[in-house]
Amino acid sequence: MTFDASRGAEAPPELVQLLTPEGERVEHPAYDIDLTPEEIRGLYRDLVLVRRVDMEAVALQRQGELGIWASLLGQEAAQIGSGRALTDADMAFPTYREHGVAWCRDVDPVNLLGLFRGVNHGGWDPAEHNFHLYTIVIGSQTLHAVGYAMGIQRDGADAATIVYFGDGATSQGDVNEAFIWASVFNAPVVFFCQNNQWAISEPLEKQSKIPLYRRASGFGFPGIRVDGNDVFACLAVTRQALKNAREGQGPTLIEAFTYRMGAHTTSDDPTRYRVAGELEAWKLKDPIERVKAYMFKTQIADQDYFDAIDAEAADLGRDVRKRCLEMPDPHPLEIFDNVYTEPHALLVEEREQYAAYLATFEGGDR
Amino acid sequence: MTTLTLAKAINEGLRTAMEADAKVLVMGEDVGKLGGVFRVTDGLQKDFGESRVIDTPLAESGIIGTAIGLALRGYRPVCEIQFDGFVFPAADQIITQLAKMPLRSLGKLRLPVVVRIPCGGGIGAVEHHSESPEAYFTHTGGLRVVACSNPADGFHMIQQAIRCDDPVIFFEPKRRYWEKGEVERGAPPLPFDRGEVVRPGTDVTVVAYGPMVRTCLEAAAAVAEEGRSLEVLDLRSLNPLDTELIYESVRKTGRCVIAHEAPVYSGLGAEIATRVTEACFYHLEAPVLRVGGFSTPYPPSRLEDHYLPDLDRVLDAVDRTFAF
Repeated sequence: MTFDASRGAEAPPELVQLLTPEGERVEHPAYDIDLTPEEIRGLYRDLVLVRRVDMEAVALQRQGELGIWASLLGQEAAQIGSGRALTDADMAFPTYREHGVAWCRDVDPVNLLGLFRGVNHGGWDPAEHNFHLYTIVIGSQTLHAVGYAMGIQRDGADAATIVYFGDGATSQGDVNEAFIWASVFNAPVVFFCQNNQWAISEPLEKQSKIPLYRRASGFGFPGIRVDGNDVFACLAVTRQALKNAREGQGPTLIEAFTYRMGAHTTSDDPTRYRVAGELEAWKLKDPIERVKAYMFKTQIADQDYFDAIDAEAADLGRDVRKRCLEMPDPHPLEIFDNVYTEPHALLVEEREQYAAYLATFEGGDR
Repeated sequence: MTTLTLAKAINEGLRTAMEADAKVLVMGEDVGKLGGVFRVTDGLQKDFGESRVIDTPLAESGIIGTAIGLALRGYRPVCEIQFDGFVFPAADQIITQLAKMPLRSLGKLRLPVVVRIPCGGGIGAVEHHSESPEAYFTHTGGLRVVACSNPADGFHMIQQAIRCDDPVIFFEPKRRYWEKGEVERGAPPLPFDRGEVVRPGTDVTVVAYGPMVRTCLEAAAAVAEEGRSLEVLDLRSLNPLDTELIYESVRKTGRCVIAHEAPVYSGLGAEIATRVTEACFYHLEAPVLRVGGFSTPYPPSRLEDHYLPDLDRVLDAVDRTFAF
């Protein structure tokens, strides 16, 4: 893709970056971040652990323990950077790939697996974590996030919402309606688009003729592109956008420019539609390696520290695996639970009929 | 006791609900200053303000999607879809999101969202303004679907819908908006999921809801002079159905005719007929018959009197049940 290089000197740079792929800290005129060594170590730990959870989930799928898995490989910095920008009072609306954001919201990784194992459609309490359920219909959650933000406005609360979606989702009507709603109601919402370059097999060129962040200007709010593999920049840019939203300055579109290093899901085969060289090029921009390089250089951490994190990751992987295998199948009659919050005659009848049918089998189970 | 039109009765019901609970919001296209194209929300924005009566951008999916978000934040939005034919852009949000979220959250989330839809034909409108899409929604687990037929029910049922913690699709028969009826505000309403015998009879059970209730009552009055006694049921709740009410009546009469404006094919009548056949097989003197729209798109309005079942077509079906 080629981008307009003829803009005036006052125009902001295309890509906000605070940490280069080589691990060099760089300055940006509009965004900066002052992180303590402890905070940097914390971000590094987050990145490594969520990658490990993701890797374990892919393995569990390959072994038949999950029906499918949507890997976040390559998008860790976008998710941890933005996820760590949230306050407890902020609310996040994910797609089905935000395992890193879920981690930042203290959702037990095993609870993410239930949906993919097929034992439930979402195993955590959204209100407890201020992290909504995964949404599989592309873009639907953007409207929920805006509505929630309108609720925050009416409550007069010091909070904002952030909603995650991908480059493919920007073609959805709901996403465009969400932009309009957020704009005209000045809703405290941050649109966090992880442009991972691929909507399953369709490259960005199939979704947009212009860089995605520039879409925002047509809706009347700011758009910014950030290096989605730079956890510092993602944190800084998201923190600012959330602050603006909380202070009544309305929505922001953040385009986190990143890359889906794995398949769309475990059912996908990216070798059918993209060349190997592309992945190799993006591997050089790995979101974790650059933080590690920076920490080495600045002596924020030594090899013992990295070894300890690796050991913690291995333990986490084992724990997630063990508890995944222990997840029980739901009882058949749970099909009828929670469809309605108040008694519903039709489901009462169907439940009774199916229970009676099951009872005709030995042990009451088909 | 007050005499109100159906539109005014629903308006009064909305007002009462908004006075009772500050979390109740009204949102939709033109619901504010204009008071809605049918004036059902007339005066509400003036009295409750723009933050509670929200004129939305012109996008139905956006209305339902943001209502879901507001409900997640603790509000109780009442959405107006301007006309039945315009609910389809919102169908994705209603079917994939609104209906499923309590289940998907294992019961931790509740979505007390009401979707008001003026429905049905008979007002000489252009296309997309006369449809009866209820079966699309009764087919979707997780939604409650109701239809009011008269001002008293309009007043009470809209309040019950708002108080309900489940999402409710609320059908309002637009050609009955201007018809008047008695409304007793303090009267305890029927439970939300119950139907009602609106005219007792002995010979044939006629099942109707929404705009067809009045048509069927008129049909019953017409044949009463000939000595034929129709028992007319107003279903009120379309999902769940008050099946016991229907069964009890059919076991008494032995005959059943179901009338709705929606196409007969795969319509709600098919569900009712099957259930009646299963539950009342040995009481039936004749097959259950259905009267309704054709399996065509809604016709141009000059032909709608042929499409909509009227008194004569209901009575034709009644006659046919006696041919067995």
